[in-house]
Amino acid sequence: MTTESAGAPIIELRRLNKWYGEFHVLKDINLEVAKGERVVVCGPSGSGKSTMIRCINRLEEHQRGQIIVAGIELTSDVRNIEAIRREVGMVFQQFNLFPHLTVLQNLTLAPIWVRKLPKKEAEETARLYLDRVKIPEQADKYPGQLSGGQQQRVAIARSLCMKPEIMLFDEPTSALDPEMIKEVLDVMIELAEEGMTMVCVTHEMGFARTVADTMVFMDRGEIVERGSPKEFFADPKSDRTKLFLSQILAH
Amino acid sequence: MTDVTQELPIVVEPPPPATAGPLGWLRANLFSNVFNTILTILAAALLAVTIPPIIRWALFDAIWAAPNSRACRGAGACWAFIHEKLRFILFGTFPYEEQWRPLLAVVIFIALIVASCDRRLWGRSLAFLWLLGLVAVGVLMWGGIFGLSFVGNQLWSGLPLTLILAVVGMAFAFPLAILLALGRRSQLPAVRTICVAYIELIRGVPLITVLFMASVMLPLFLPAGMTIDKLLRAQDAIILFAAAYLAEVVRGGLQAIPKGQIEAADALGLTYWQRTRRIVLPQALALVIPPLVNTFIGTFKDTTLVIIIGLFDLLGTINAALNDANWRGTSTEAYIFAAAIYFCFCFFMSRYSQMLEREFNKGRRQ
Repeated sequence: MTTESAGAPIIELRRLNKWYGEFHVLKDINLEVAKGERVVVCGPSGSGKSTMIRCINRLEEHQRGQIIVAGIELTSDVRNIEAIRREVGMVFQQFNLFPHLTVLQNLTLAPIWVRKLPKKEAEETARLYLDRVKIPEQADKYPGQLSGGQQQRVAIARSLCMKPEIMLFDEPTSALDPEMIKEVLDVMIELAEEGMTMVCVTHEMGFARTVADTMVFMDRGEIVERGSPKEFFADPKSDRTKLFLSQILAH
Repeated sequence: MTDVTQELPIVVEPPPPATAGPLGWLRANLFSNVFNTILTILAAALLAVTIPPIIRWALFDAIWAAPNSRACRGAGACWAFIHEKLRFILFGTFPYEEQWRPLLAVVIFIALIVASCDRRLWGRSLAFLWLLGLVAVGVLMWGGIFGLSFVGNQLWSGLPLTLILAVVGMAFAFPLAILLALGRRSQLPAVRTICVAYIELIRGVPLITVLFMASVMLPLFLPAGMTIDKLLRAQDAIILFAAAYLAEVVRGGLQAIPKGQIEAADALGLTYWQRTRRIVLPQALALVIPPLVNTFIGTFKDTTLVIIIGLFDLLGTINAALNDANWRGTSTEAYIFAAAIYFCFCFFMSRYSQMLEREFNKGRRQ
């Protein structure tokens, strides 16, 4: 239970297995993510990629295998779960902003109640991050008054306000209109350049080429292939990867 | 193509006179077709026949002062009865010279309720205000300190009793209902079972039965010599009863919260109670304001049932006043008066809920 020594992975999945009832959704997943590494997970829908990253902060429970995040093993111990969630930020496909709170309140809620920061300090941090996702002027609006792209940027800022070690992105651009995808990806690229540890489930292959250190391809609950983006796109090993890439890059 | 562009100016023309302004309104709402025109004429005729006699009876022909109901016989309403019995109806058997105390208590209640309407006051200060107000009401009603003579609560009756039963009932039932609703959705089987059993049991019996159980059967189970005050027992029954109904309303709101909200709160590291208090409940309760207020109004009116276990609330004192041999035959006026008071409170609650809905929807689309 020691925290990260140099080079040790910050996320470690060991022989992870999960079932939904009878359906075996994750099969013997092994994955290591080093501090500062950017991992992009892709694969056809229903391949288990979202389920896998949702296991990392225990939004889904795994039945067999080990998950170790920042030196803490995920068990059913609530204290461990809460400790890990404090260090792991997550951005959802549907944004999941709190509609009854203003943008600023969305950003300061967790720092105030989980990190116990004074309100003033939390608000200063929040405005800083709103600035970084380039919507400082929206602080006092409600999420429903923003565009999809703006909402997703608020969601990213909300996670960053907790100063997480790791950011998980679960198809962050899939619910966006095409003209808004870029503004969200730009924010994510900036984040990657600052050295944030990131695990992204996405179909944005351009983004993957730009930022990924490691590509992971999943199909039917298994990790089929992994590698650097260079070899992954140029020279995929498995037929399933080839098929997937030809489908997704065809248009 | 050219045809289309030539037709465009029609759009910016003003609407035909008959579709806008008061005439347009009349046309759209009252005389839009033959059937609606007939309905409008019939309704107007019905109002013309019924309203003037009612006004004549209630105002012009009414008798405002008379020694007894025989002197009051006439074409109009006998408001003299209300005039004569007003203090008894409002304050019942509370000692006559001390009736300024329940009056002040009622004023405090109304002031508290009005103060609660101002959203700027919401928070700790309002809770403190309520606590202070309820203590003041208790001191005024019971007395026994500050030179006030002691008045046992068996003498409390009329409007203050109704307000105490209703307001205290709702104030305690609401938090209990939230706990029950959360419990019913709990992951812990024991908690869930207890909450489901409680809600189903209480909802399955009429309030009268609960009141009877509280007033007649409960004392049988208590050790000899130990008694619980009758008012307290009735109050408990109302709290327990209202909580079961409110719990189901609250649960409806909880179910409407998208799973993503809970996941987002979890992912940020909020604990169960932080998540419930900050994310789930504010949204869930805002969604169920209409059925919540519906239940509150129902509870307010249900307090009249305490009459069957011998407590004299507002309706009870009115019934007692009607028993006066000098004032036979004035029940219409008496019940209209009671209905008017109940209506004022219920109508206020309904307007208040509309204001809350507007308030919660402020600045929000979606």
